[in-house]
Amino acid sequence: MSPVFYLVSAMTVAGALAAVLLKPLVHCALAVTVAFAGLAFLFLSLDAQFAGFAQILVYIGAVAILIVFAILLTKGSELPRDGVFSRSWLAGVVISAAVFAALGWAILRSAWTLPHEAAVPVVTVHDIGVALVDRYVLPLEIVALLLTAATIGAVIVAMHEKEGAK
Amino acid sequence: MTPLASYLLVAALVFAIGLAGALVRRNAILVLIGIELMLNAANLNFIAFWRYGPHPEALTGMMFAIFSIAVAAAEAAVGLGLVIAIYRHAQTTDLDKMNRMKG
Repeated sequence: MSPVFYLVSAMTVAGALAAVLLKPLVHCALAVTVAFAGLAFLFLSLDAQFAGFAQILVYIGAVAILIVFAILLTKGSELPRDGVFSRSWLAGVVISAAVFAALGWAILRSAWTLPHEAAVPVVTVHDIGVALVDRYVLPLEIVALLLTAATIGAVIVAMHEKEGAK
Repeated sequence: MTPLASYLLVAALVFAIGLAGALVRRNAILVLIGIELMLNAANLNFIAFWRYGPHPEALTGMMFAIFSIAVAAAEAAVGLGLVIAIYRHAQTTDLDKMNRMKG
């Protein structure tokens, strides 16, 4: 593995850890943006240019901004008095450590039948576009419908006012 | 260790961190951040298997990751809208304080 992989992986894991452990919510949002950027670089290092740039556009461009908006709208920038971790934090840590142990054990114990160094796949954005409107046209339409419904639903849910409030 | 295994290990680590974030934090927004991290780790698995799989030109893993990114974006929008609606109702985003089914 190249040093770039270790550097980008360390950045991703450090960003994710900081997002989970830092106390001020705005710092968590910034740290999770670093983790998203690291994952985008990992996609790029896997020769998936389209997915990498989609990750940068959607996650760093939209989801991170959305999270910051939600934090500021809910006064999340103020630190809570009784700590940021839930009462059952120990159980959560144990469960996630167990999940990581199981996944890591499965990965390390597997016998790989795939070749160690596959040839770089030649996939252009043109190929992806053709596949999207050819083989994957039905999922594409469903995702379009889902995004429309989700956007309208999010606006309606967040806009809801109690009767007599105004 | 093969390159595929190291990518899968990084994805497993990010997934476990996201799961821990969703389980141990009090704030509902942090729980959503944890869920986003878990979805991203799954996407990394799809892309890694696409890259080192036998038929990358079929684009299956890549397409799954792209659709998963789109669905995750919709999920983030709805989830944060729900958090804002609950905050307006209960004046808190602390999940330990949300212990009543009836408002």
